[in-house]
Amino acid sequence: MLGVSVRVTPASPVVLSGMPRLPWMWAAGGFLALLLCCGVGVLVGPVHIGLGTVLGALLAPLPWLGTGAAADPGQANILWSLRFPRVVLGVLVGGTLAIAGAAYQGVFRNPLADPYLLGAAAGANLGATLAIAFAPGMSLLGVNIVPLAAFVGAGAAVAGAYALGRSVTGLRSTTGLILAGVAIAAFFNSIQSYVQQTQTSSIRQVYSWILGRLVTAGWDDVILVLPYVVLSVAVIFLHRRLLDSLTLGEDEITSLGIPVRRVRLIVVVAATLGTAAVVAVGGTIAFVGIIVPHTIRLLVGRSYRVVIPLSVLFGAAFLVLADTAARTVVAPAELPIGVITAFLGAPFFIAVMRSTRGAPL
Amino acid sequence: MQKHQHTASAKLAAPIRVMAVASCFAIASCGAAQSAPTPAAAHFPVSITGPGGATVTIAQKPHRIVSLSPTATEMLFAIGAGAQVAAVDDQSNYPSSAPRTKLSGFQPNIEAIAGYSPDLVVAAEDTGGLVHGLQALNLPILIEPAAKNLDDSYLEIKQLGVATGHGAEADSVVAGMRSQVGAFVASVSRPARQLRVYHELDNTYYSVTSATFIGQVYKLLGLSNIADSATAATPDYPQLSAEYIVAANPDLIVLADTKCCQQDLSTVAARPGWGAITAVKSGQVIGVDDDVASRWGPRIIEFMRAIAAHVRQLEKKAA
Repeated sequence: MLGVSVRVTPASPVVLSGMPRLPWMWAAGGFLALLLCCGVGVLVGPVHIGLGTVLGALLAPLPWLGTGAAADPGQANILWSLRFPRVVLGVLVGGTLAIAGAAYQGVFRNPLADPYLLGAAAGANLGATLAIAFAPGMSLLGVNIVPLAAFVGAGAAVAGAYALGRSVTGLRSTTGLILAGVAIAAFFNSIQSYVQQTQTSSIRQVYSWILGRLVTAGWDDVILVLPYVVLSVAVIFLHRRLLDSLTLGEDEITSLGIPVRRVRLIVVVAATLGTAAVVAVGGTIAFVGIIVPHTIRLLVGRSYRVVIPLSVLFGAAFLVLADTAARTVVAPAELPIGVITAFLGAPFFIAVMRSTRGAPL
Repeated sequence: MQKHQHTASAKLAAPIRVMAVASCFAIASCGAAQSAPTPAAAHFPVSITGPGGATVTIAQKPHRIVSLSPTATEMLFAIGAGAQVAAVDDQSNYPSSAPRTKLSGFQPNIEAIAGYSPDLVVAAEDTGGLVHGLQALNLPILIEPAAKNLDDSYLEIKQLGVATGHGAEADSVVAGMRSQVGAFVASVSRPARQLRVYHELDNTYYSVTSATFIGQVYKLLGLSNIADSATAATPDYPQLSAEYIVAANPDLIVLADTKCCQQDLSTVAARPGWGAITAVKSGQVIGVDDDVASRWGPRIIEFMRAIAAHVRQLEKKAA
């Protein structure tokens, strides 16, 4: 993950106004896929709950449709306390990781960029490991300390990488920033490994955390990350045209009057904020941020006006599906979601690459 | 080399004796061990075949034992070999009189271990080239791995007895454990509807099946273990999904994550959806010491005593 090549693609000779718009068929397909995956997500789980019960439970709170009370309070409890929030969290985490990945790839003009490029994963892992090892079970203002520490760690790592990269290269190029991110990530990883090694009693929880798992604190986690996710997705979405313009050379964009460095900073901050928030509740789930945007590039188009919105939809759908597999394949035991995202995603992505041979990568 | 070891042990003999006296206050079995004659010294050298099939030969009664396994440490002190222990690893926190050092059993450092000039090293697993490295130094190493059931545990205690010249004490410790286990089993009435138990290793819902030594305790007490339906995925320590735990509706929840993760009835009751579980509603969520409930040493009896008492309570309520 850290072996990032910093090949900068040459400015592509595209004219901004000629960029394709988002094909409505694909947009509709994205919504449909998300809806379908959520449907599967709420219907399938380690506890068998019939379609009627699920629908009944979903409609129960609606005064004009529901019966007021669910048929089976036990199953309704499982659905409302555990399964529904988990599916919703999957939507938020998957959509955010995919859009953040797309944004990073645009800003850094690097196909291998993922939301963890500047050390967000390493920072989150270190924060979470410290919290698990040294402050077990603690909470701050009613919120479990582990996600808070992960959020702070992710933010600190990226801020550190940014400051370091800026002091070295003055942000003339993104290469300095990427290298600073690699260095910060390696440094944080080494501290994390050390703490994990010396605090052996918490090794299982740390392991659980690193591989990622959407264990929800019910709706609390959803509410916790929602503001950051909305803000992050909205800011990146509004910058999708500017991300397209970044594919031109820096001189050309500057001559068009676009403040390149400010755009870069805003998009990186937004993507980092979203990544830090979802990593805090889901752990460092691998692969989604790279594979989803690239699949869309191959199948639909390279314009960020296409990639950004579709990444949210398909990233969310993909992660909900992966999480459904994570909690059902070996039910009633669970698999880490990171195992599933790569196991399902890698063959799928290879198939897409093969079937679209000749398309620009 | 041999000569050097002798002088080293002679120099340290005095402080070790002091330690042995001190530890008598902490360990009940110590008194018995002291009053018993010490004939075992005559039986050396001994050869012990470990569970892995490797045979280790111990030339004479060891006096500078290094234990890298918290469970082995507890066993050694329980069979009266505590005075022969020179150093224990950083996780060996019981008994408190054990000579705890910074040695690690997870990331063993051969040089640091050799620095204690041990005449016997005991560990729970061969990681980081431990066995190979110590064999190269001609230091006897005995691996006593995590027990799968109580019989494994008894066998390891007896092996350590033979290895340290405390065979008779080890036999009596095992006999005592066996009779107590029998008494606990006899004390429960096993109702027609089996009581369901969920044993929690940490707050990410790792649990134990009946194929583990902890699971065996529940099985012996007639409980039905909800983790057993996950054996297809992970035979021993599966990670359960919250949905399943809530649906399985255990009558008893045993928290072996009171130290690692500060869990108790209130934190469990606060988990989304868990309020509906019978054990939570009736307050049958009990905390146990993480260490006692994860080491396969003599203190497993303490764990079983606590569980048996709760099972009797639950059975009385149900009747």
